[in-house]
Amino acid sequence: MALLAIEDLSVGFAREGRFARVIPGLTYGVEAGETLGIVGESGSGKSVHALALLGLLPQPPGRILGGRAVFDGHDLLAMSEARLRDLRGGRIGMIFQDPMTALNPVLTIGRQIAEPLMRHKAMSMRQALDRAADLLALVGIRDGARRLSQYPHEFSGGMRQRVMIAIAISCEPALLIADEPTTALDVTVQGQILDLMAELRDRLRMTMVWITHDMGVVAGIADTIQVMYAGRIMERGPVDAVFANPRSAYTYGLLQSLPHGSRPPGGRLMQIPGCPPDMFAPPPGDPFAPRNPFATPRCHVEAPPLRPVPDSVPGHMVAAWYDLPRLLA
Amino acid sequence: MREVWRALTRRSGWLGLLGATLLVVLVLLAIFGPWLDLPDPTRTNLRARMVAPTLSWFSLGAHPLGTDQLGRDILSRIIAGSRVTLMVAGAAVLLGGVLGTLLGLISGYFGGWVDRILMRLVDIQLALPLMLLALMVVAALGPSLRNLVGVLALVSWVRYARIVRGQVLAVREREFVQSARAIGASHPRIILRHILPNVLTPALVVATLELARVIVLEAGLSFLGLGIQPPDPSWGRMLADGRTYISSAWWIITFPGLALMLTVLAVNLLGDWLRDFFDPRLAVR
Amino acid sequence: MTAPLLRVEGLRRHYASGGGLFGRARYVTRAVDDVSFDVMPGETLGLVGESGSGKSTTGRLVMGLEEPDAGRVVFDGTDLTSLSSSQRKPFRRRMQIVFQDPYAALNPRMRVGDFVQEPLLVHGAEAGPDRVAALFRTVGLDPAFMQRYPHEFSGGQRQRIGIARAIALRPQFLVADEPITALDVSIQAQIVNLFQDLQESMGLALLFIAHDLSMVRYLCSRVAVMLRGRIVEMGPTEAVFGDARHPYTQALLSAVPIPDPAHERGRKRLAFDAGGYAFPPAAALRDLGGGHFVLMGEAA
Repeated sequence: MALLAIEDLSVGFAREGRFARVIPGLTYGVEAGETLGIVGESGSGKSVHALALLGLLPQPPGRILGGRAVFDGHDLLAMSEARLRDLRGGRIGMIFQDPMTALNPVLTIGRQIAEPLMRHKAMSMRQALDRAADLLALVGIRDGARRLSQYPHEFSGGMRQRVMIAIAISCEPALLIADEPTTALDVTVQGQILDLMAELRDRLRMTMVWITHDMGVVAGIADTIQVMYAGRIMERGPVDAVFANPRSAYTYGLLQSLPHGSRPPGGRLMQIPGCPPDMFAPPPGDPFAPRNPFATPRCHVEAPPLRPVPDSVPGHMVAAWYDLPRLLA
Repeated sequence: MREVWRALTRRSGWLGLLGATLLVVLVLLAIFGPWLDLPDPTRTNLRARMVAPTLSWFSLGAHPLGTDQLGRDILSRIIAGSRVTLMVAGAAVLLGGVLGTLLGLISGYFGGWVDRILMRLVDIQLALPLMLLALMVVAALGPSLRNLVGVLALVSWVRYARIVRGQVLAVREREFVQSARAIGASHPRIILRHILPNVLTPALVVATLELARVIVLEAGLSFLGLGIQPPDPSWGRMLADGRTYISSAWWIITFPGLALMLTVLAVNLLGDWLRDFFDPRLAVR
Repeated sequence: MTAPLLRVEGLRRHYASGGGLFGRARYVTRAVDDVSFDVMPGETLGLVGESGSGKSTTGRLVMGLEEPDAGRVVFDGTDLTSLSSSQRKPFRRRMQIVFQDPYAALNPRMRVGDFVQEPLLVHGAEAGPDRVAALFRTVGLDPAFMQRYPHEFSGGQRQRIGIARAIALRPQFLVADEPITALDVSIQAQIVNLFQDLQESMGLALLFIAHDLSMVRYLCSRVAVMLRGRIVEMGPTEAVFGDARHPYTQALLSAVPIPDPAHERGRKRLAFDAGGYAFPPAAALRDLGGGHFVLMGEAA
């Protein structure tokens, strides 16, 4: 059974008197124990939809237009703010891109880790701080007892993100939503965080939604990949199948535009022409059609539904009117 | 400009719109005052001393806001006074604004000893009570319209200099300024083409807030007899004259006071709104 | 052997920070510490490292946007560090820079056409609208955009505008300071290809500063790896990527995510404490042959 089931989630944004449906209707599920990697560029709706279902979308300018997000049998979108607060940081953990803005600069690290424990697990300050020291050890910060009394500015970027992870997992959440948690970090630190997250996930049996723009990161951490563009799912499926045999021209373009090895003389990267659509004036059909060299006439007028790929593994789905392997052959 | 209008006419902008409207009415009155066929503001009429305000606006020889202790019509004096006040304040704000912006640009852009000297000057001036400074200068140079403008400009340039300098420090590190240096653009070109346009809006906001402050300051100096000299009407002068009669003829001091308050309120409303409008974090747009 | 177009020798830049009440610095950050390298005409040298490694500062020192504490920047046989700013101006035509953040790199209050035209005006070159329009076409933009302001453009288009300005004076050498880092993945390849087109048509030499190692491997003929202000390894790209010798280079390479699930599952990342690493005493770049240099202590 799906731990999180999103049904027809629709989100709009208002700006300068104009209105855009940035997510026209999103449906997907995350199975218990699964790690879902959501890939997309700016404007793909990958972060906005996560904020919306956590009740963290700034409204206005954002507005949830409809849909359901059922977590553990309860609709997050219909929930009172108080109940949502109980869930966030408790059964649902969150990690965001910028640890510096997510941490309060005038509170000690210990206080910030202890707070969700006191709130959700009804621990005393004493118990919570003991647990916080254990958590720091768990995320690989040595000398945790001493560092509890330090402030965020005394930690490096990578260490701060570890603290954020410690806070996120402190109440042993069933679901962890991570939005670009390694994007602001250096490559070697990103590697350490990825290893740490994979290990914690297995140990705590967490379900994870990992939002990123980096195909390489998804390949490493996710079971299932979901490629988003202009608020829609373009393709989704087990990572091995999608990376080996992409069926959406967008997925294919993203993978092909990445460099492999060194450049042959005179060689060029395959590039996706054009730029992402203006969501205030989206193209009528498949949003990727204007940039897609494989687009059929139907793509320009009618948005394709997300359907199973007939000759692939179960769970591999694509939204396309064209048959990519035949066009590439 | 269209954008400004759109934001002003939106609901969150109604206070700004109110301020702008009041100010426009005031400026129009000041400009077209002489054509309104009002009594001469300097003509005394000892037979009509301290006539109380009437509501008969259009009857000949009536004084809608009453007359003062010398029988001069208060309405015409307020309107004539607004000309002087707005002219003096406007000139002072313009002069102080240009000087302060220029020095702020130089201070922020070049840094080093220029910056240190200018900013210490700013500190010293901010530490001196404004009134005291103005008093000292006017006392030394004598009261005249030109000296008054000069004094008011002198007390207001520091605010522009401080704000503009801070903005320059931020803009100077932006990559398009680095890029201008990389192509070998001269300092004046970098300052005028790349930095000035990007620090102008905060300076404009300071200007509106300064306008309100300078108007009050001018009234204060005139009240003390160091600003506009009689028989020219000025709001501060009228307040000074009227205060002796506050118990017998309340209108002499009340109406110029109200005019001053409304003007300062209008300018402040507009200034506050402008500040919010140009602050991207407060997306009024 | 041809002479290098750019020769950087013993470049050093230290920042003092944490100055107390009496102005005495408590810490000295060695942003750039004894950095030397050459760039040949038409060549692409990649400069990689993590945040704080000094790679961007090196680019700014080369461009004369900052003054070095020691060392020389020799361009086409002339030591730029000894020149006054007016003597330096003719060299500004010949070397240019493209910045990382396309949102901060354009003047928001200037029409983009004027922005691209500016270097031509500054140097008294032919600056008519036809010339600017040609530059727009060169970087793949519609010349009709010239009258618009930066906020009307996407990140990729802004980066193209920045490149048009940088190449306006037909430079021989370009510093590209993380030019694709802030761009969407689908746009990065467009910009990288544009750099290659320009390089081939104009014979540009490129100092490509980046932290995306896959892109550096693809684009650059040689690469230099920086760690805490020093170059720890430098050489032909394939030599460095195929046979990394410095532990830091090895750790860096082992951490690059590869878009291949099978590869990622089998990956073993090497640990390296960049902040705690102590440089060996009397460390210097030593030649392993074939132009492959590694920073090593005397005994090693």
